[in-house]
Parts: sequence; C-alpha cells; structure tokens
Amino acid sequence: MFICEITQSLNYKMMSDRIVGIDLGTTNSLVAFMQGENPVVIPGDDGLNLVPSVAALDEHDQIIVGNSARKYLIETPERSVYSIKRLMGRGVEDIQEELKLFPFRLANDLHPGEVLRIQLGQKSFTPPEISAFILRQLKRNAERFFNAPVAKAVITVPAYFNDAQRQATKDAGRIAGLEVLRLVNEPTAASLAYGLDKKQNGIVAVYDLGGGTFDISILKLHDGIFEVISTNGDTHLGGDDIDNVLIRIALDDIRGDMGMDVSRNGEAVARIRKAVIETKIALSSQAAANLDVELPEGKRYQRQITRAQFEQLAQPIIDRTIGPCKQALKDAGLKPEQIDEVVLVGGSTRIPKVRALVEGMFKRAPHTDLNPDEVVALGAAVQANILAGGSEATENMLLLDVTPLSLGIEVAGGVTDKIILRNSTIPASATQHYTTQIDGQANVAIHVLQGERELAKDCRSLARFDLKGIPPMTAGMPRIEVKFLIDANGILHVSAREQRSGKEAEIEVQPSYGLTDDQVEGMILDSFDYAEEDFRQRQVIEARNEAATILAALEKGRQSPAWGQLSSAEKKQIAKLENSLVQVKAEDDYAAIRKAIDTLNQATMRLAELMMDSAVSTALTGKTMDEADLGEGPSAPHPVAKAEFK
Amino acid sequence: MVVLNSNEDANACWSCGKMRAAHFCTSCGRVQPPAPADHFSFFGIPRKLNLDVARLERDFYELSRKLHPDLYGSAHAREQEWSLEQTSKLNDAYRTLKDPIGRTQYLLRLEGVELEEQSKTATEKARATGEIKKQVVPPDLLEDVFELNMQLEELRMQKKMGEDDPALMEEIGKQKLSLETKQDALLHELRGYWNDWDSAGDEANRARARDRMVDLLNRRNYIRNLVRDVNEVLEN
Repeated sequence: MFICEITQSLNYKMMSDRIVGIDLGTTNSLVAFMQGENPVVIPGDDGLNLVPSVAALDEHDQIIVGNSARKYLIETPERSVYSIKRLMGRGVEDIQEELKLFPFRLANDLHPGEVLRIQLGQKSFTPPEISAFILRQLKRNAERFFNAPVAKAVITVPAYFNDAQRQATKDAGRIAGLEVLRLVNEPTAASLAYGLDKKQNGIVAVYDLGGGTFDISILKLHDGIFEVISTNGDTHLGGDDIDNVLIRIALDDIRGDMGMDVSRNGEAVARIRKAVIETKIALSSQAAANLDVELPEGKRYQRQITRAQFEQLAQPIIDRTIGPCKQALKDAGLKPEQIDEVVLVGGSTRIPKVRALVEGMFKRAPHTDLNPDEVVALGAAVQANILAGGSEATENMLLLDVTPLSLGIEVAGGVTDKIILRNSTIPASATQHYTTQIDGQANVAIHVLQGERELAKDCRSLARFDLKGIPPMTAGMPRIEVKFLIDANGILHVSAREQRSGKEAEIEVQPSYGLTDDQVEGMILDSFDYAEEDFRQRQVIEARNEAATILAALEKGRQSPAWGQLSSAEKKQIAKLENSLVQVKAEDDYAAIRKAIDTLNQATMRLAELMMDSAVSTALTGKTMDEADLGEGPSAPHPVAKAEFK
Repeated sequence: MVVLNSNEDANACWSCGKMRAAHFCTSCGRVQPPAPADHFSFFGIPRKLNLDVARLERDFYELSRKLHPDLYGSAHAREQEWSLEQTSKLNDAYRTLKDPIGRTQYLLRLEGVELEEQSKTATEKARATGEIKKQVVPPDLLEDVFELNMQLEELRMQKKMGEDDPALMEEIGKQKLSLETKQDALLHELRGYWNDWDSAGDEANRARARDRMVDLLNRRNYIRNLVRDVNEVLEN
C-alpha cells in the first residue's frame, strides 16, 4: 500500500543518530534520553526504570541481566555476579580486600598480568564483558522504546575513576556495540540535570554516594558553563560497604546463637544480603526494622535493628566521605560557607545520617528534588543532547571537567615527576623531553603513573612506553619530545617524536591493566552470537514499524470514499489479511511479518489507486488537498508518495 | 579577539577562505589548526605580569564556547582533532596565567630566565644523571628548617611506634602555620616587583626585579615543599 519511503528513511536516520545517556552503576544502571526539552529515563520491558547491575548465566547458558537475573543471585550464586563495577580496570593484586567481602569467583586459570576474569558456571568473563552485558540490556531497552537501533551513547563514570577504569568502561561500551561518544563524570552529569531548570550562577557541591563509589565535586556555574573546580572521592566506598558490615554481624549472630556457620554457603549469604538491604532501606524511613532470613535446614534468623544501632554501625563508613570533601574544598580554595548549593546524588544519600553529615559539613540543607537514583542518567542524557548539537533546552550549556588524579612520569630514584596536576581542566596536555644515556641507544623506556604520592611505587601504574627506533647518535644528542594529552573523557593519549631527525618515534604501549585493542576486537567477535540476536531483533522492530504504518494507512483508507468502491470480496480479503498481520506483528518472527506485509500490500493496491483518483477529483471539485484530509506524517503517509505506484 | 598577523594565507579559514581569528574563523566559526603560540599570545594579551584575571576568565569562557570538543561531536575527524588540541592549549594557558605564581614563573622562563629548582635543564639533568633535583635551602631559613626536620623525624618515629605526643604535634602545627604565613608574605612581595618588570623602561631596574623575583620564587617553592612534607607527616 502507501509506504512513504522517503519519510521512513529520514525517520530511520534521525533515530539511528539518537544518542542515549547511560548511568552504568555499581548497583543499578539506567538509560535516558532527551524527550523534547526534558531528559527522561527509558523503562525496561518490566516497566521499571532501574536495571539492577546483575548478570547471570541461566540453565541454557544464556546471559540474563537486570531484575530477572536477581533470583539467580540466590538460586545459583555460582552462576551470577553483582557489583562488577568494583573490578573494572583493576588487577588481581588490588582487589584482595574486595575478594574478602564480595563473592567474586575469579577464574582459576588467570595468568599474572592478565585482565581479571570472573567465573560464571563453566564460562569466564572479564569485567568489561560483564558490564557489556548490562549495557547491551540498556541498549535493547532503548531500541524497544524507540523502535529503532541505538548505536551511540554517553556513559557516566565516577569522577574519581582512574585512566584504567575509564578505559575499561569504554571497552565495555564497544563490546556492547555502542560507540561511546563521551565518558562523563557522575557528579558533573548530576549537576547538568539540576542546572537544566535552575539557570543560575554560583558554587555548587555535588555529594555522590552510590552503591560502590563516592565522589565529591565542586562546580562553578556561570551562564550555562559548568566548570568543575575540584573533585575527590573513593572508588571503593558506598552502600555495598554498609551491607557488608550488616552481613558480617548477621553471620556472627548465626554462628554464635544458632551454632551454624553459613559464611561459605553462597545461597545463605545471598539471602542474608537481600534481607539486610531491605532492612537498610526500611531504616531510612522507620525507627526500627526486622531482619528476617530463611536459613538451610528449615532454620530462621530474625533480629530487630533500630535506626540508632544501624547508624552506629554505618558511621565509620559514612565518615570516610569527610576526608575527600575537605580535600576538594581545599583544592578549590573555598570555605564551606562559600558553597551556594549542595546536591545529593546516589541511593545511599537517602540514609538520614548521610544527609545530616552533609548538612553539618556544608552548613546548609542539601537539594534532593531530583530522584538520586536517576539524576546521573538524566544528566548523561543532557550531555548526549549537547554532543548531538544541542537543542533549545541545552543551548549555551557547556561542561568543563577536570582530571581527578595527577599524571606523572617515573624518574630516577623511583620518584614521581608530576606533569599534569589533579583538578586540571581537561583536555589537558604536557610535553616532556627525553634523551639517551649511552651512545647509539635505540630505545627509551617511560613509565606513566597516576596518583598523588611521591614515590612511583605508591602511584597507579598506567602504562610503560617504549620509544623505539631512535636514530643512532651520541648519548644526550637525540631530543625526543613526548606529548601527553588527557582528552575530554579523562583518558590519556601519548605521542612522541625525535626532533633532530623529525622522525615519529614508535611507541609501544603496554597498558599495566586493561585490555589491548586486539582483545577488545576479539570480545566483540565473541559476542557475535548476541550481536546476531540484536540484528534479528532490529529487523523485527523495523518490520513491526512498517506493519504499523500500513495498518494505520489502511484505517485511513476505510474512512475514505474509495473504500465504498471496493467489492465485498475485496473488503473481506483485506480484513482477513489485516487480521493475520496484526497477529504476526505481535510475534518475533521476522519472515512471517514480512510476508504478511507484502500480501496486504498487494491486496490493497486497488484501494490505493482509487484513493488517489478520488483525491484528484476532490481537488478538481474545488477542495484543497488539505481539506481532503489525506493524512500526514509517517503514521499515515501521503498517498501520492512514489512508493507503490509503479 | 585574537587575530593572527602573519602572512595572508595563514589568515584564511581552511573551510570558507575568509579572514579568521587565531583559533576559529570569524566568519563561519569553524575551528582552525593550532599554530605555535605562547600562553600570552594564545589569549592575544601582552606579556605582562599585571593581568586582569576577571577578563582572562571571560575570554577563557568565550573561547571554550567556540573550541571545546563537545561542539565538534559530529564534525570531521580532522576538526575534532584540532578542537581537542586547541582546547588543551587553551586550558593549559588559562591554568598557568590565572595563577600569580604560575604566571610569573612562566613569563620569566619565556624570557630565558632559569629558575634554579624547577628549571627544565635541572630537571633533564637530574633525569639523565639519576640524581634527585637539588633543593637550595635559603640561608636565612637554614636554622628553622634544621629544627623542623628534626621534629618531623621524631614524629615519624613516634608514629611508627604507635606513640602520641600532643605537645610535639602542636609545635609542628605552629611551625606549619608560620611557614604558611611566610608563603603568603612572599607572594605579596613578589607582586610588588610586577610593575618594575612590566614597565621595563629601565633595563637595570628590570634586571633587578627579575633577580629578586627568581629569589622569591625559589624561597617560596622551598617553603611550599616543606609545608607538603609537614602535611604528609601530620596526616599519616
């Protein structure tokens, strides 16, 4: 029938260029986009905005993500994983603490220096791959919502994430089939969401305590420019830590009072974890709550926890946010009284004690008008809109962020020579000159570090670079210029040149942590099975769109005088085919939908011709095309479009 | 607005061919390839130590709105690259110039002055020879520094043993405060020489100002490092 190909292809282009904002959280993840002038969260097919950052392998070795994966945490803990964000961009040696507190099962065939892999059933996955499963779910949710493919995203990261953690997040996006246009710091994203309706100037502090990470950022708002002045934080501090304290107490109780040691029983620990989280949440609004857990052998652990008890337990964890806040203020050169507004972000800021601490520290009541679970994703959507070219709502908005950690080079004596200081606005660059120490030396090794400590061994090793192929010269003659550039994502780029010969020095990058490009490519190929699934889904989505267009146009056709000119047999046949299209449209079979579209198209060919004739004669009798109401837009394409009129 | 004043071709926008400002085209607004420029000329301001910081901030915001990579999200890869480089230069220039100490050090270095401790040659020499960069103790501080270092060492030992000496902590805290006051005083003194340097009429006067500033900067850097050491011991 009347498929307006032009409209559709335009539509398709607009939609495929749509950039979504993603908050890839420790506990929950969300995807959002700008709908007109407002950012909105896209719900999953369960109707819920939050997608729990949980992944599991089901009994058919299929990956399950989000709410439907939660039950596996209890039923088959050895085939599921949560809080994977804690392991992003980290090596075995820096997660020893994590391993004591979280039931992460590392693959037992890990080689030294290899990127971590987590065992799920018989398979093992790197943290970026597991994060990619979550991203893929969000991508799918957005595609279902738009009925169109989504290939570009802005993803948020904790402001205090280092280079390796950022790179791992970017890799996860690539593995999930998303072009990551920008990594935005979570507190900064939150300030964008707040800034949207409060176009004002002043100093804002964003306190972001989530499931696994803590950030504090201080920003200066100036006529739409969001300039981060300083940032600080702890990438391993959040609600998870409070849960772990409560779990330990429950385990101790169970051992002491009931004589049972369930600490090695994955299912029991998962049940306890679920119960303490519920209790923790209840205690934000109640003075007391009951912890109630079913244990093996038909036993039951019950205990009442008062808010006072809870606060006493949580206090040492909450207090760990004070140091970073003080440091951020100091780095910004500001006193608490100079902060105009304080914004709370992250689920853990619902805890009354946290709010009290923030209020005491900044001497003012914090803003809580936006949902602390959603505000980061909403801000990511705003930034996505800015990157897409902006709209009226985001006009003049510009984000100027900083690097949270100093970048340094190891010099003789194992000392760190800082070349880009923390809180430098990004993009930021630094140029260093190197030379050789012996005649004819062809290689120079450079060790790049990130961190604030004086000694290289106390900083985070980012990478070791080998400058190779230096032309043979006497010692000290070559002059090699190495340029370090931190881009707007907070990710480091390095380039080098031997200035006397003008030769681009070859750099061999050995990232200390993280995947090489080849590995990421390999993972994209590995995930081909899922990609194929995505492609099939995309085809189905597009066919459904087309079907909806035809059905809508047919509805219009029924209202037109041309309908009366059809024989009753023709009408009956059309109705029959219409019914079958409506039926297959609800299913996932692309070929069936395609076939039903084509047959209905054939059957309605004469109706289309009659409608055009009547449109022409209407025009001849003095009515304009508009008055003839031939429909408009993609839902009822113009019948004179070229498509089916051969 | 910063306008290039080299030959005519370099003044033409790569995209529309019209005359352009240094970093972006005045006519079509497109970003231009970065040209070598020092921090002052990047902002199109004279090499002077007295600087209107409020105006510098305004210019920084205005240039950010035209150069930032966020505005080139869907531009050609080449323009994205230029935007990234231009913005990193802008940020580096702004960071250096807005800070009175950073600005003074930068300008002196531009004028070929070698600042002892942080001079590039000293850094490179240290790197080549494997020595740690030398620190010159200002003579009049020698006695105080010796005393403070003894106290810091004692506190480090005590902390290692798990002991607590509030009196010593307090004494060191006092010293730190006095060092910070000295730091502020040195900055104030430094500012006093800016006019002498900027006015430049008298070469001898200018040289005198330069030597005084180098001395003040070295003293201040020395004290800054000392304060950092004290903080490290107090916080650990």
